[in-house]
Amino acid sequence: MNAPEVVVIDYGVGNLLSVQRGLEHCGAKVVLTAEPDQIFAAKRVVLPGVGAFDNAMQALERLNLVKVIQELATRPIPLLGICLGMQLLLEESEEFGITAGLGLIPGRVIPVPTQTLSGEKQKIPHIGWNSLHPSSTSVGWDGTILQDNSPGDAAYFVHSFMAVPSDPSHRIAECRYGGHLISATIGRDQITGCQFHPEKSGEVGLKILRRFITS
Amino acid sequence: MLAKRIIPCLDVTAGRVVKGVSFVELRDAGDPVEIARRYDDQGADELTFLDITATSDDRGIIFRIIEEVARQVFIPLTVGGGVRQVEDVRNLLNAGADKVSINTSAVVNPQLIADASARYGSQCIVVAIDAKQVAPGHWEVFTHGGRKATGLDAVQWALKMQKLGAGEILLTSMDRDGSKIGFDLPLTRAVSDALEIPVIASGGVGNLQHLVDGVKQGGADAVLAASIFHYGEYTVQQAKQFMAQQGIEVRL
Repeated sequence: MNAPEVVVIDYGVGNLLSVQRGLEHCGAKVVLTAEPDQIFAAKRVVLPGVGAFDNAMQALERLNLVKVIQELATRPIPLLGICLGMQLLLEESEEFGITAGLGLIPGRVIPVPTQTLSGEKQKIPHIGWNSLHPSSTSVGWDGTILQDNSPGDAAYFVHSFMAVPSDPSHRIAECRYGGHLISATIGRDQITGCQFHPEKSGEVGLKILRRFITS
Repeated sequence: MLAKRIIPCLDVTAGRVVKGVSFVELRDAGDPVEIARRYDDQGADELTFLDITATSDDRGIIFRIIEEVARQVFIPLTVGGGVRQVEDVRNLLNAGADKVSINTSAVVNPQLIADASARYGSQCIVVAIDAKQVAPGHWEVFTHGGRKATGLDAVQWALKMQKLGAGEILLTSMDRDGSKIGFDLPLTRAVSDALEIPVIASGGVGNLQHLVDGVKQGGADAVLAASIFHYGEYTVQQAKQFMAQQGIEVRL
């Protein structure tokens, strides 16, 4: 009964099953909940999410989870945001006007450019496998959830907006789309966000989840 | 760089993977869970399951298959076939699908695309279009497994689906499906150029050069194939290596 425990915050946005199955496959015991007591008692917490930023923030507010997650972030409990769950960690998003986020990592969420750097049209959403590289402004992946991965490992992305942390050192990994750099993993202290889906990125992603549940 | 995706497609009926020629003459190709695992091992970027069961009696089978696959395979899974309402989308997502592909019901009730994408996000709504050439540079949308003409222009229809919230278009040439003579490249190019969202080319792959042509000439963001993989002619890995040699970015 010593399986690492993970609380996945269930706030009614998107499909938590894949995240749950991925974590369980890595050996975790997963609890899906929106109860503050259970969230505060967690050893580690995942904030998932797909869909629109403002819907997700409204859902968190309805469940009184905004303050809960902000309080959680002051404690030494590892927190992992996935996809939209990562974008929510930032201060605000430009999706449908300006919407305030959780503000746990300084910065904002802006649209993925619709043109390549050389001015050609590029498809949105950014869907598919893209390779992760340490950002030039980070100190590398040691001590992060990417510790067991190698530069060039490909992960599965699907998103139309992207996070831009205002402190460049909060960008742990990035990928390139049409010449533009996109934040793939961001983090500060015990808070991490992945724009890609580790639970859908094959062995590369499972390595990340295994690292997270043993952190 | 974003890799072009290779997506093996599993047509499922009565719990088995089958493959038809021009939507008829089905041939057994094996157990879906076993095949899904094999393609994952070979490096497939995603898997697509199309439930081609004609009767509602066997509907439950696809849910059990998806649940089983999702427990073992950690890459994106798309499921289509018989999706008629938002409830069906929810049930498939709950079974473990990451995306749901909608074809006939999008034509019957376009609002379904708007409702489903508003509720679950565009990223999980794939609109499947079966198109048949009716004049040079002109393709018509067919539904009901290719049996029913709609009078809709494929390019215009794809644009409408994008506007309503589709996240991707799965574009199948009915003229080419099962023919093994390659994608309908002008069709693929016309739809891909018109859209902002990614296009998955489907129908007609008979060799690895066809996959390359779909990307380079058709402008496809992903290529879907069935029979070349099912019967062991090529592995997904061989396909990727060939594409890489032709200068296409793939995940190896």
